[in-house]
Amino acid sequence: MKEKLKAIEAAAREKLAKAADLKELDEIRVEYLGKKGAITSILKQMGGLSPEERPVIGQLANSVRADIDEMLRSAQNAIKTKAAAKKLEAERIDVTLPGKSHRLGKAHPLNATLAEVEEVFLGMGFDIVEGPEVETDHYCFEALNMPKHHPARDTQDTFYINENVLLRTQTSSVQIRTMEKMKPPIRIISPGAVYRSDAVDATHSPIFHQIEGLVIDKGITMADLKGTLEMLLKRLYGEETQLRFRPHHFPYTEPSAEVDLMCFNCHGKGCSMCKQEGYVELLGAGMVHPKVLSECGIDPEVYSGFAFGIGLERITMGRYNINDMRLLYENDMRFLNQF
Amino acid sequence: MDLSMRWLADYVDCKCDIKTFCDALTLSGSKVECHTEEGDYLSNVVVGHVVDIVPHPNSDHMFICQIDVGEGEPVQIVTGAQNVHKGDYVPAAKHKSTVLHEGKQVKITKGKLRGEASNGMLCSLEELGLTTHDFPYAIEDGIFILGDDCDKTVGKDIREAIGFNDKIVEFEITSNRPDCMSVIGLAKEAAATFNIPANIKEPTFKGIDGDINEIMSVEIHDPDLCPRYMGGYVKNVKIGPSPRWLRERLRASGVRPINNFVDITNFVMLEYGQPMHAFDLRYVKGAKINIRRAKAGETITTLDGQERTLSEEMLVIADEEKPVAVAGVMGGEYSGIMDDTTAVVFESACFDGASVRTTAKKLGMRTDASARFEKGLDAGNTYPALMRAFELVEMLGCGEVVRTYIDCYPGKKERVGVTYDPAWINGFLGTDIPEAEMTEYLTRLEFRIENGKAYAPYYRIDIENKADLAEEVARLYGYNKIPDTIIRGVAEAKLTRKQRFDRTISEAVRGLGLNEITTFSFISPKYFDKIRLPEDSKLRNTVVISNPLGEDTSVMRTTLLPSVMEVLSRNRKVRNNECYAFELANEYIPVEGEVLPIEPERLCIGMYDAAGKIDFFTVKGIIEQLLDRCGAPAYEVSRPAEDTVFGEVSAFHPGRVAVITAEGREVAIFGELHPETLENYGLDCRAYAAKVNVPELMELCTEQKTYKPLPKFPAVTRDLSLTCDDELAAAVIESTIRSAAGSLLEAVNLFDIYKGKQIAEGKKSLSYSLTLRSHEGTLTVEQADKVMDKVIKALAEKGAEIRS
Repeated sequence: MKEKLKAIEAAAREKLAKAADLKELDEIRVEYLGKKGAITSILKQMGGLSPEERPVIGQLANSVRADIDEMLRSAQNAIKTKAAAKKLEAERIDVTLPGKSHRLGKAHPLNATLAEVEEVFLGMGFDIVEGPEVETDHYCFEALNMPKHHPARDTQDTFYINENVLLRTQTSSVQIRTMEKMKPPIRIISPGAVYRSDAVDATHSPIFHQIEGLVIDKGITMADLKGTLEMLLKRLYGEETQLRFRPHHFPYTEPSAEVDLMCFNCHGKGCSMCKQEGYVELLGAGMVHPKVLSECGIDPEVYSGFAFGIGLERITMGRYNINDMRLLYENDMRFLNQF
Repeated sequence: MDLSMRWLADYVDCKCDIKTFCDALTLSGSKVECHTEEGDYLSNVVVGHVVDIVPHPNSDHMFICQIDVGEGEPVQIVTGAQNVHKGDYVPAAKHKSTVLHEGKQVKITKGKLRGEASNGMLCSLEELGLTTHDFPYAIEDGIFILGDDCDKTVGKDIREAIGFNDKIVEFEITSNRPDCMSVIGLAKEAAATFNIPANIKEPTFKGIDGDINEIMSVEIHDPDLCPRYMGGYVKNVKIGPSPRWLRERLRASGVRPINNFVDITNFVMLEYGQPMHAFDLRYVKGAKINIRRAKAGETITTLDGQERTLSEEMLVIADEEKPVAVAGVMGGEYSGIMDDTTAVVFESACFDGASVRTTAKKLGMRTDASARFEKGLDAGNTYPALMRAFELVEMLGCGEVVRTYIDCYPGKKERVGVTYDPAWINGFLGTDIPEAEMTEYLTRLEFRIENGKAYAPYYRIDIENKADLAEEVARLYGYNKIPDTIIRGVAEAKLTRKQRFDRTISEAVRGLGLNEITTFSFISPKYFDKIRLPEDSKLRNTVVISNPLGEDTSVMRTTLLPSVMEVLSRNRKVRNNECYAFELANEYIPVEGEVLPIEPERLCIGMYDAAGKIDFFTVKGIIEQLLDRCGAPAYEVSRPAEDTVFGEVSAFHPGRVAVITAEGREVAIFGELHPETLENYGLDCRAYAAKVNVPELMELCTEQKTYKPLPKFPAVTRDLSLTCDDELAAAVIESTIRSAAGSLLEAVNLFDIYKGKQIAEGKKSLSYSLTLRSHEGTLTVEQADKVMDKVIKALAEKGAEIRS
């Protein structure tokens, strides 16, 4: 019987080696290990053995069964692995084919820039305040120390609705509204659309956007104004940014300043990009005029403050190298998709 | 303001190059726009001496000249001009030179003219870029023959020889500093900036005896508009051209020389910033000058030959009968200086800025004089200006000045000092400038410090308070030397609910694949027709701009839709195959009885896809997703009612438009656009739009999100197919299912709609999948059956039958 078992094992091994798929393996399993299989039939014949032989043969039979079982399992694994590999091979694709597009909308470059500026200011403790675009002469001019017939009004060609109502030429009107409502300390920025009657061209638009800032508290200094703008512009343009402050005049600030950015191209030497000036004009700023404070019910003997105004278009165009302002308002999808 | 550097050098010597000068003045407050040099387009043009001239052998009008250009042998130059003679000194453009031709720079090289060598060109004034105003003795169409006022050194650069080499600096002078619209004003600024002396002397004149009061009289009727009027008299006047030095200073300042008296008034205006007027006393009837408001309807023909009708708020200079000048703006036609004028009156007066500004604006004539007056000149300046005019008359020897003059000065004001508190200034600027240094800066600017007060010089109309003093100190100290500090104290900033909501909407809509756009908030009233608004639509009631750039931008939009439609249209025009756009912006709605309109914020979506990849349900899906993201409460989708709040409904396809109503308020409209709307915008494919009333929506939404526990027990899914009338809305069926199923219903999902075979005409088949779940235990078959029975019964009542 020993020989028989050995022969069974050898035969099974041979068949398994030839088996090509799982079905064949199963047939082999039934043939040898099944209820009517070869091993079972051997075990059934055990009764005819001597008591000495029985355990020996029994042990051998079990070991042969275990061996065949083990062989089956490993053959099974081999076949599965091979099949899997074949499947993977068959599923090979050209990974350089184009991706399936999921449309993702883009923020308008003006708003993307605004969001970044707002983030800087929120970080510095500035609230964001909004106000009406159709505004009274009072909030746009008079309260800003520009009475009727003030020559500075000339620099802000205004769209009028009627004698008393206009489209705001600056978001400073929001600052006045804020100062009337809030008591210091005040730290706000007021972004928004402003209007001046300039015909549309590459650098002008009758509607553009400003971000104005206002800080009022006890002991606010011009040095604070410089520090604040320095921080903003370094965040926007990088640590190497160099600024130049120079005196200017706005009716609503005193002292007033214009702030220039050192030309990135020539580092102040003068080139065609900065029209040989070495600097590019960026924004206007100053210490809030005492008359403006008094007008809003804030005592200029106790409080001081600063204000500044930045053109959003100018920063945006600089950031993205946009050379024509009209692109910002034409909303061509080929333009917008680039951001 | 164009500043002649030659003129400036009469008063200060800055001892630096032009770039350093410009940078320094810019940083001390006088912004330089640019600097240029006269005649910089000329090169290699020199003074030539005509040593010989003979007719051209092959031409009846040309000449061959031998010109000494200081290089030993004379050079041969052929000219076609008829006015050149032997011995003349002429501008000679040598081989490889540049001159001006028809306003453009051209290169001159040697060549042959009808067989004769010509090694350059003799130049006319025009070819140098000049006119006979600059050299009145020259002729217009001929070679410029240098006069005795030119340097005739042979071979000398022509620009130097004729004084056409001034450097000009263009300043942007701010409206608070009219004193800097003058050579003297800028000389003082330069002196203060470089801390060097300004050599400015009081003008003096000898004069002749005579009593001005016997010659003329002046009366100011409206002292509120004319605080000071000075008048002087010059007799035995000889009208003629001014000398070269005066002409070239005017030219460099952008003013054309006319004759000595007109030139003197312009010269004084440019030098002192004080507009002057010179007129012929012959035309002042009764020799009496009245400064008064015009009478309504009074007319004057101004120097430019135009008749102008005056109104009562305008100030005029009048004789006994009629106005002879519009005060501070322009003189009258007949009062000017003529060639036969023998007696001249100089007017040096001060007029109210606002009045001059209004008058100039109303009459539509802004002049050099009015531009200065309207900024509010100080009356103190009229005196030195008049003295300077007298001085110039005597320098030019063009008349006899009567020593006495008229000075009506009803508006004389006491100078008030401004509190000078160095500690406050340091505190305000954030600096630590010693008091002595501050005082020194102010003294440089001619301030007088006395008893804790600073008195500004009379011409500084802009100094009113401590902050003004701080600016004076700061600009001489240097803005860029002020330290950069961080604001003290902590401030907490946060976005408002509205700002957060806006960001949520914008992010959600972008996430849904739409690009953000920015459009103009004013539109054409014609756009309302393009979106098919009925004539009586409330949206046609707009805020109208009284002075628009054009009709296209003349009214403030009451709806965002036309703006978005324009964007769709423009994109289609440039053949973009798709456009998915949204704008989050304001509309402007007039309110009866209110001064200002309201400006509600709206979201407007517009989209087309030429490949037909989208439909009504795409835009509906976007709105649904958006509402979900915003935390909207339960809402209803329905066809818009007659009285929908959305006036834009007319722009949509009547069968493919819906509104969203939540808690009884309409918050959004969306749908496919009407074919006519598409046509009006040149769209050749279907397009879709939506509008959301943002603040209304925000009020209904909640930012609060609360977690609901995940289900512990399995769900049972039952499918349901039914047939019903085509007209029965899906929304009705769904709500019937929901209310009949009650709390065990977790979800209901429409997964198939079928019309056609096996379904009767006018009917449709709908298939729903219902998800049932209990939170208390696993649902039994009986429980589920019970729910389904209720649903089927309820549906039957609505006319929907279950298909078996």
